[in-house]
Amino acid sequence: MKNMNLYSRGDRIFVIMNMVLLTIFALSTLYPFIYIASLSFSTGFEARAGNVVLTPVGFTIEAYKRVLSEPMFWISYRNTFIYTIFGTLMSLLFIIPGAYALSRPQLYGRRFWNLMVAFTMWFNAGLIPFFLNMRDLGLLDSYFGIIIGFAVNGFNIILMRNFFEAIPQSFEEAARMDGANEFQVLWKVYVPLSKPAIATVALFCIVARWNGFFWAMVLLQSEDKIPLQVYLRQVIVELSDDEEFANTLLTSAYSFETVSAAIIVCSIIPILLIYPFMQKYFNKGILLGGVKE
Amino acid sequence: MMRADESSGGDTERLVAEAKESQHYTQPSRLVRVGDHLKREWQLYLLLAPTIIWLVIFLYKPMYGLQIAFKDYSVFRGIANSPWVGLEHFHALFGNDQFLRAVKNTIIISFYSLLFGFPMPIILALMFNEVLQQTFKKAAQTVVYLPHFISSVIIAGIVITAFSPGAGIVNTVLEWLGLDPVYFLTKPEWFRPIFVGTGIWQEAGFQSIVYLAAIAGISPTLYESAVVDGASRWQMMWKITLPSILPTIIIMLIIRIGNMMEVSFEMIILLYQPATYETADVVNTYIYRAGLQGGQYDLAAAAGLFNAVVAFVLVMTANTISKRYSRTSLW
Repeated sequence: MKNMNLYSRGDRIFVIMNMVLLTIFALSTLYPFIYIASLSFSTGFEARAGNVVLTPVGFTIEAYKRVLSEPMFWISYRNTFIYTIFGTLMSLLFIIPGAYALSRPQLYGRRFWNLMVAFTMWFNAGLIPFFLNMRDLGLLDSYFGIIIGFAVNGFNIILMRNFFEAIPQSFEEAARMDGANEFQVLWKVYVPLSKPAIATVALFCIVARWNGFFWAMVLLQSEDKIPLQVYLRQVIVELSDDEEFANTLLTSAYSFETVSAAIIVCSIIPILLIYPFMQKYFNKGILLGGVKE
Repeated sequence: MMRADESSGGDTERLVAEAKESQHYTQPSRLVRVGDHLKREWQLYLLLAPTIIWLVIFLYKPMYGLQIAFKDYSVFRGIANSPWVGLEHFHALFGNDQFLRAVKNTIIISFYSLLFGFPMPIILALMFNEVLQQTFKKAAQTVVYLPHFISSVIIAGIVITAFSPGAGIVNTVLEWLGLDPVYFLTKPEWFRPIFVGTGIWQEAGFQSIVYLAAIAGISPTLYESAVVDGASRWQMMWKITLPSILPTIIIMLIIRIGNMMEVSFEMIILLYQPATYETADVVNTYIYRAGLQGGQYDLAAAAGLFNAVVAFVLVMTANTISKRYSRTSLW
């Protein structure tokens, strides 16, 4: 479609209207982020008065000072890094070998194993049995429970398997001629050839881990183990109803609103930093995953 | 959904052939064949084992625990030793106003999300496809995909801040228009529009990827011949692009219907409050409160089982209907 000529006036109007509408949609997607960022740099007084619309009013970094001076912020930030890094590594450790085995034609009962993976995408036991199982395994309130309990995901395995299946057999045969065993074929042939797919899956895992909140809230009891998202919830959702907190902050340079906004900005930054790298992969990744849907 | 596996049959034949040769043409027993295969391919099974073991421990074992929906579950007796009570929990649920309200809310919220949310990514994909400037297209896509990668806690934080009574931008705008401020998040009648709208804002862009992928697969010759016939861009979009992605649209619709019982309850937990339970409480949030917060594990498990069965029936029905009328289906 790229270089198609525009034949009529109608076409040109159509294209321009289209661009205008898309611009409006994109701006309305972007606006809440701009609003939050501006709020975080405004004074508590102006924020409370509802004077922040687009740009910061009464520019100040007091809200950030307040957020960054909170020990719980740093503890939860550190925990999120732990869950994200080790969780993603754990996921890859399960997903890559499993998907490779599932992609091999000589695997006995391959249809059964594949079905076993796919079934979990359509049916799961639900919140309560999953929770009771985690409790019976002794994985409540543990770093390890969060890291291992969410390592595998049917969609990611199938995505990875589809990619492995698409790799021509001749690569494998050549390696086998040189006497490679399965581990060597996987590690020296398939993994290097699958970098885009592995990157896609890794990025999905990173984002899921970074954003994970519900099960962390349910499974973790100790304050010092909670990830950033759970801490965020405590600050934003729970304290928004807390009138006393709101009133004490009214007089200071920051307010509940600006502190919330600042903490939101702080927790989005890492995602924004890896977002450009993610972009080039996830178009392809979804395409791969969509094949079997 | 799964590709029919031709290889395992062929594989067996190959094994038999090899075995025949090595054992002087006597037919070896099945056990020997499997044994030989394992001896040769053990590495493959070693690679597969951790994944399968993980699935069994974390996803299949809880299915065994689902039986507490039919038991008087006691933490001390454990799953196996708790006494059976039959359908008692289901009777309790269907006599419970809160649960019935949660079922009703789930259906209503899902229906609104489907009605308003489902067409959006399709429209967006069609619009992206009509953009001629690649830089503009890329920039716009980058922006509209972004909210998908932001956690529900942060989205909820933004919503709470933007709709807050004093400082929020929404009330600021209402004030400009000379209207009274509204305490949006405490008003039951506002919960659904806010929730559904937030969902569209967050996911419509990213969901358009699937349709863009489908559009990318359309043969360019169709457009070339349409240009020769003097078709306008509007006509091409309407007569070529849209019909070409119809199978994808149907599949996505089936998936959506299958997921109807799974409204994004994480977001609801973050946004609702007792004042809005009336319109906001869905089955999964009810399960969360009754089970995880209230400790009524058996009752909540029964609610979960009900939810899963309804979802399963929904997806099967949608798939059957689709298969019959459009020859498009998930499996």
